[in-house]
Amino acid sequence: MYAFEIERPTTLADAVAALGREEAQALGGGQTLIPTLKQRLAMPSVLVSLSGIAEMRGVSVNDAGLLCIGGGTTHGTVAKEAAAHYPGLADLASHIGDPAVRNRGTIGGSLANNDPSACYPAAALASGATIVTNTREITADDYFQGMFTTALEEGEIVTEVKFPIPEVSCYIKFEQPASRFALVGVFVAKSADGVRVAVTGASNNGVFRWSEAEAALSSEFSVGALDGLSVASDDMIADLHGSAAYRAHLVGVMTKRAVAGAK
Amino acid sequence: MPKDTASHTGIGASTKRREDVRFLTGNGNYTDDISVFGQAYVHFLRSDVAHGRITSIDTSAAEGMPGVVKIFTGKDFEAVGSIPCGWQVTDRHGAVMKEPRHPVLAYGKVRHVGDPIAAIVADSLAEARDAAEAIVYDIEELPAAVNMKDALKDGAPLVHDDLSDNLCYDWGFVEENKGAVNEAIKTAAHVTTLELVNNRLVANPMEPRVAVAEWNKSNDEYTLYTTSQNPHVIRLLMGAFVLGIPEHKLRVVAPDVGGGFGTKIFHYAEEAFCTFAAKACKRPVKWTSTRSEAFMSDAHGRDHVTKIELALDKDNNFTAIRTETLANMGAYLSTFAPSVPTWLHGTLMAGNYKTPNIYVNVKAVFTNTVPVDAYRGAGRPEATYQLERVIDMAARELGVDPIALRRQNFITEFPYATPVAVEYDTGDYPATMDKLEEIADLAGFAARRKESEAKGKLRGLGVNCYIEACGIAPSNLVGQLGARAGLYESATVRVNATGSISVMTGSHSHGQGHETAFPQVVAEMLGIDASMIDIVHGDTARGPMGMGTYGSRSLAVGGSAMVRATEKIINKAKKIAAHLMEASEGDIELKDGQFTVAGTDKSVAWGDVTLAAYVPHNYPLDDIEPGLEETAFYDPSNFTYPSGAYACEVELDPETGKVTIERFSAADDFGNIINPMIVSGQVHGGIAQGIGQALLENCAYDENGQLLSASYMDYAMPRAADVPFYAVDHSCQTPCTHNPLGVKGCGEAGAIGSPPAVINAVIDALNSGGHKVAHMDMPASPSRVWAAMQG
Repeated sequence: MYAFEIERPTTLADAVAALGREEAQALGGGQTLIPTLKQRLAMPSVLVSLSGIAEMRGVSVNDAGLLCIGGGTTHGTVAKEAAAHYPGLADLASHIGDPAVRNRGTIGGSLANNDPSACYPAAALASGATIVTNTREITADDYFQGMFTTALEEGEIVTEVKFPIPEVSCYIKFEQPASRFALVGVFVAKSADGVRVAVTGASNNGVFRWSEAEAALSSEFSVGALDGLSVASDDMIADLHGSAAYRAHLVGVMTKRAVAGAK
Repeated sequence: MPKDTASHTGIGASTKRREDVRFLTGNGNYTDDISVFGQAYVHFLRSDVAHGRITSIDTSAAEGMPGVVKIFTGKDFEAVGSIPCGWQVTDRHGAVMKEPRHPVLAYGKVRHVGDPIAAIVADSLAEARDAAEAIVYDIEELPAAVNMKDALKDGAPLVHDDLSDNLCYDWGFVEENKGAVNEAIKTAAHVTTLELVNNRLVANPMEPRVAVAEWNKSNDEYTLYTTSQNPHVIRLLMGAFVLGIPEHKLRVVAPDVGGGFGTKIFHYAEEAFCTFAAKACKRPVKWTSTRSEAFMSDAHGRDHVTKIELALDKDNNFTAIRTETLANMGAYLSTFAPSVPTWLHGTLMAGNYKTPNIYVNVKAVFTNTVPVDAYRGAGRPEATYQLERVIDMAARELGVDPIALRRQNFITEFPYATPVAVEYDTGDYPATMDKLEEIADLAGFAARRKESEAKGKLRGLGVNCYIEACGIAPSNLVGQLGARAGLYESATVRVNATGSISVMTGSHSHGQGHETAFPQVVAEMLGIDASMIDIVHGDTARGPMGMGTYGSRSLAVGGSAMVRATEKIINKAKKIAAHLMEASEGDIELKDGQFTVAGTDKSVAWGDVTLAAYVPHNYPLDDIEPGLEETAFYDPSNFTYPSGAYACEVELDPETGKVTIERFSAADDFGNIINPMIVSGQVHGGIAQGIGQALLENCAYDENGQLLSASYMDYAMPRAADVPFYAVDHSCQTPCTHNPLGVKGCGEAGAIGSPPAVINAVIDALNSGGHKVAHMDMPASPSRVWAAMQG
């Protein structure tokens, strides 16, 4: 890596101030950024570590019944502390990476990075979550804007994510054999307003909602309701690990399995 | 034979591996743990294109960067030798292979992604990397030769401008068989033809390569610490052929080495560079490969494209085998690369079967890819895979039981001279197959398949045999075959005054457990506890010239040298004991560490004799010298031929194409066994690697020669969850007839025997439940299985 300074603010206000410095870069759990720095693929002059900010950590349910997760909360903590409230989300968190990744990686970092194969974007989008930053609140539908692209402005920090808790939900991912990221991951969430289906890993445009499946499942929440439905392979990722057609096929399979597993 | 007591530490004891204590507690001494006072660090600037002409390179700005000691380019190595190749293959027309120059640093052209263009030596690694970014250079990119078939076409880009084409050699084996083979195939009742790919692999030892070199200005001596499976060989190759340093001025040390799998046999440019630069910079120089560098600079393995034909008569007896293989050499000839697709591959094409006519053709091809060389099994897995796949395919085409077809064609009389120039000394293939049927519970497969089908899954069973030629091998034979080295092994047994023993072996342990198993042999011979014996290896200054560890040769060849040296020790010790007890030498017996005189109650202990050897107050000085240290060099008369039968059961999810290994069973015949637990561990590891090749691993290049699988994000390694608990058995033992231990070697068997078992099982699953897939190439990854099912 190149040399950089590091700031370790303990309040959100100090973090925002530090990110105002030239070529400053926020550092969450570092599970993507640190390997990137080691390969000299990024050269920030200042890294602003968010992991010392207590107000950005924790899992709680607010008065409106939303599950509120601080942006600096690790996957491991979500896996444990969200389990009683939102088992589908806790289960997703418990299968991200390996224990070392889960003990460092954070939900805010994952959503800010918006890796097309990351798991959390599927949960946020399917849940209709709200991404809270130091300046505003952004609905998940507006937040994800394509592979590695979000609505975040320069220096904006994901401080919290507010999840409506669905009646039943399930996330099923099919792992890419090498990286074990989601080759295709599908999150299905059923609430009083209907069913939302979000797909990660598959598309060149990042996480997306499968509206046909949502409509079918909203009228009848069963595996059979998905019969005959398929997504187009046009925008699907094609690489060493699978063709576009394979990924499109897996979207259907994983969606059915998520519906079957929803609880 | 083995004694079955808790205190027994000799042959047959499953002693826990003593070296694991330091490995598992973080106290190993790996090459990267070694730092020399004042050392500088080297960073290699590597080509990011597969093929190109270096039109300019300007290091002047970089030389002024902070911390820079010196920057080297290819020009600095013009007067230095080429990285040598250790094996010369003669082609089917009698011409020797093409052998292009392999410079330490690329000069004129770059020939693969990762080819080093410049080396920056600096006070710190970060400064070296900073300076590398300040080197200004231009590479005129050229079309790359990547696909082997394309690389052989007229007008293909030439990897080496001074060669007429990209064909390294066109080898026929045995050329005299060709006519009879063609005739047998023409007149056969049935011919099964299979075209397949043996996928390119990256060895990925846990420890990347490292080199630390120092030069002593007072005596002009060099020391190189390097991650090697054979430090003596590196000393010879690098000293004699590259840098011109005689052996007595060059010490090569390979301390704890964290896995090799073949890829640490070879002499690499980076270690030659560090040794050269240590003198040029008058400072020790250290290089530690990153994992990214390992992917593009460690020699790769396999990468064969093969067509095999199996001819059978009307009674399903094998009558002929004909194969045509393209073998990828990569951009340069790595140390033993030419031998892998030829002598380590063609000689095994008979397998376990009495096929009278066999002809093997191999064309070795230069491409703009990382050099390819031996990887666990080296040539023998490629032979086994194609043979065992085509037999399975023949059985399916003929509608006969694949095990019965194999049994019918087994070699049953030994010694057996194959049509491909080797003579199997011993074996019992029906016995290992019987054992396999028992431990794999093949009778229960049908019920297990029903259970899988009830869950919506397909289930397949794959069975195969293997044979390998290992214990490599007789020097006079390999010399005729083109080896530029001998393949004996050495041992010095140094008995100390108090009776403890240091055994210096020329073989090298990088995970095999030699430090535990070798003392068991000496302990057995002397009747003393193995804890009194230590193994010393991996340092050219501490032991006699030896050839190192690969080809499952350490115990068969190195262990035999140790036996010979220990026999000399016993002979001399008996003379001393006879003198001490005033008895005749012929009456002395050694048992349980005591020398006795037959028919009397006289005895002296092992320690009394060893002390007398070094404090020779009462000693037969007129007859023998003081001291108790003996050396032996052992050169075997033949290869050894381990064999076995493997079975794999897979479950296949037809919706996703994902294959899981449900059961894996291995019945091996390794001859006599020193430490059964270590043998099981070697088989386990080999099978895991074979499963990796069969289901997961795939080193892929795009059409421009860019490495697509350049990190663990895209190169899939097997993990614990990908492999089942294995059923392994090595109770079938037909001892090797020509080495003193009767051992055959076990290091590579698992990696040789397992890929065909896995793929045979996958294909079996893909021919159930209404599916019909004749063949698919490795790795049987989910997307590829799914694609195969789509037809």
